[in-house]
Amino acid sequence: MSVEALAPSSAEQRAMDLLRFATAGSVDDGKSTLIGRLLYDTKSLFTDQLAAVEAVSAARGDEYTNLALLTDGLRAEREQGITIDVAYRYFATPRRKFIIADTPGHIQYTRNMVTGASTADLALILVDARKGLVEQSRRHAFLCSLLRVPHLVLCVNKMDLVDWSQEVFERIADEFTAFAAKLEAPDLSVIPISALHGDNIASRSENMPWYEGPSLLHHLEHVHIASDRNLVDVRFPVQYVIRPQSTTVTDYRGYAGQVASGVLKPGDEVMVLPSGFTSRISAIDTADGPVAEAFPPMSVTVRLEDEIDISRGDMICRPNNAPAVAQDIEAMVCWMDESKPLRVGGKYALKHTTRSVRAVVRDLHYRLDVNSLHRDEEAAELRLNEIGRLRLRTTAPLLADEYRRNRTTGGFILIDEATNRTVAAGMIVEAS
Amino acid sequence: MAPAYRVSHLAALEAESIFVMREVVAELERPVLLFSGGKDSIVMLRLAEKAFAPARIPFPVMHVDTGHNFPEVIAFRDARVSELGLQLVVASVPEAIESGLVVEPADGMRNRIQTPVLLDAVEKYRFDALFGGARRDEEKARAKERVFSFRDEFGQWDPKNQRPELWSLYNGRHHPGESIRVFPLSNWTELDVWHYIKREGLALPSIYYAHERTVISRDGMLYAVNEFITPRGTETPFTATVRYRTVGDASCTAAVESRADTVDKVIDEVAATRITERGATRGDDRVSEAAMEDRKREGYF
Repeated sequence: MSVEALAPSSAEQRAMDLLRFATAGSVDDGKSTLIGRLLYDTKSLFTDQLAAVEAVSAARGDEYTNLALLTDGLRAEREQGITIDVAYRYFATPRRKFIIADTPGHIQYTRNMVTGASTADLALILVDARKGLVEQSRRHAFLCSLLRVPHLVLCVNKMDLVDWSQEVFERIADEFTAFAAKLEAPDLSVIPISALHGDNIASRSENMPWYEGPSLLHHLEHVHIASDRNLVDVRFPVQYVIRPQSTTVTDYRGYAGQVASGVLKPGDEVMVLPSGFTSRISAIDTADGPVAEAFPPMSVTVRLEDEIDISRGDMICRPNNAPAVAQDIEAMVCWMDESKPLRVGGKYALKHTTRSVRAVVRDLHYRLDVNSLHRDEEAAELRLNEIGRLRLRTTAPLLADEYRRNRTTGGFILIDEATNRTVAAGMIVEAS
Repeated sequence: MAPAYRVSHLAALEAESIFVMREVVAELERPVLLFSGGKDSIVMLRLAEKAFAPARIPFPVMHVDTGHNFPEVIAFRDARVSELGLQLVVASVPEAIESGLVVEPADGMRNRIQTPVLLDAVEKYRFDALFGGARRDEEKARAKERVFSFRDEFGQWDPKNQRPELWSLYNGRHHPGESIRVFPLSNWTELDVWHYIKREGLALPSIYYAHERTVISRDGMLYAVNEFITPRGTETPFTATVRYRTVGDASCTAAVESRADTVDKVIDEVAATRITERGATRGDDRVSEAAMEDRKREGYF
């Protein structure tokens, strides 16, 4: 395939959809080379960016152009030669626009990987073909499954350094597939690549005729993500009430928000939580006019037939399919604050959908070792980057689903009320 | 067969930006939108219109005016503001020089002294949320900035102390005097912006489209000859067909050679170009590898 053919023309751009994917790994795995290669092969790398990176590489005495410098944007990162934070990169082909959340791989950056994975449709995990699966690969796979990233791609990189060996590839693929099965990883693909030489990146490799699957880019372009959305459970968290104070528009009262899941249509019977009142949808508005249905990720304004008291933080759902109205929350939590650990009895602000409440940690059931998956039930606290299962009690009910069923109505953050920092990411296991 | 419920990438970006704007208005006290009359801020203003329709945009707009303006852009700014019935706050750099708040730099480049003027206006009007049109694809320090970017009471950005941003749960909490910079276009690229301008039929200041202009070539870039830029030494003015890819301070924003005089031609040009928009047109970003990061730490957008 020629590189020219990959840049999106204007006519085609309208029909493109959007795929967000996360990558995790370190320079050693060739992750930056892979991202550089994807950008380069889709003509998304600009000559002035490349020239700047070449100049800095030369000045540092690097033997090759260090493509990591493209994504390592902060002074401290370039000085120390490490990735500290999540970097977002963009590229497009005629079929799709891609947003890469590029995150560091080391264990001390678990919170960054959790952040990148929280919005990802797909995650790329890289392993070095010479080393096979290492502790880090298993940890990355576990975090992706914890965050319910729907698609996982294992790239077995540096195939050129193992003589393009099918046997090496299959051994790693089998081992990883067996491990992923234990994690309930939903959709897994394994692709042998050489990021440095471009094998199986934008086009099929001639060095590995035994591999019959797609190239990485072909897979990214074609992986089916539309059905990952939950179109069954109607969940519309009310974000803002629109009531124009105007002489031209009178008596307008609309509930603005982004559809979290399900499909809403005018005429549908709906229930509003936490009040439990029911009504029907009279119209679904957008600035471009009314629409016949609304589904994720549309931002719309819903109007109801009856005047009932609804405010930010309420949830529109269906009478026969509603989330739990719950103050006792069982959740997996990743602690993200370096200054203070999480302890039983700690009180935090909690943000869930458009609703903010306060929460107290009632119990810490266990701390999970993210490498061995061993559960330490004696743990008294969670420190930075540690993950545990706990029970929270909230001051007001959450309108919540299990995270495994709904990433939007099942996820929450904890905020330290003194510092206002975001200190934890939570995934609801059970709400009652 | 069940309907596909497909959403184009532009519709998805629009929905995300609208969500961000509504979140700010719901959670923060005194938001303001930075509106320069540039293309990104024009797109932002359209998104704000859509987010709150049929109500009016529930916040004022602000322009940090360096006094080095393209007249077409100021005329456009004023027309758009009056069309939407918005309040316009002008934070004026010339007035700040007059009052002694800032000192005119020796090289006449006012980019850096914009920051204290901006912060002064934020304090005066007690704004606690500032919408900016910056995008992560523009520059590598911006690639790591949050959608809700916390600033301390000096307006400073600390890249090592950013709040993790998970799912679409934005944390806008802050103490009095602190503020949040909000970037609804974080995930848009230059090409997305142009496709949206086309889709929405948005009017832009004429200098974004190809026109003839007297220019000089300086540091490999084409600068318009005007009251702020005059030929030095061996520089010889000539007439060229150019357009502006970005519109900033007229003393440090360069034009690019272009025949693109319609939105479709600009889209084709942007899709084919191999140089970033800031790299092609901004003298201020060429100072050092970390020029943008350093300015952001001081409170710059």
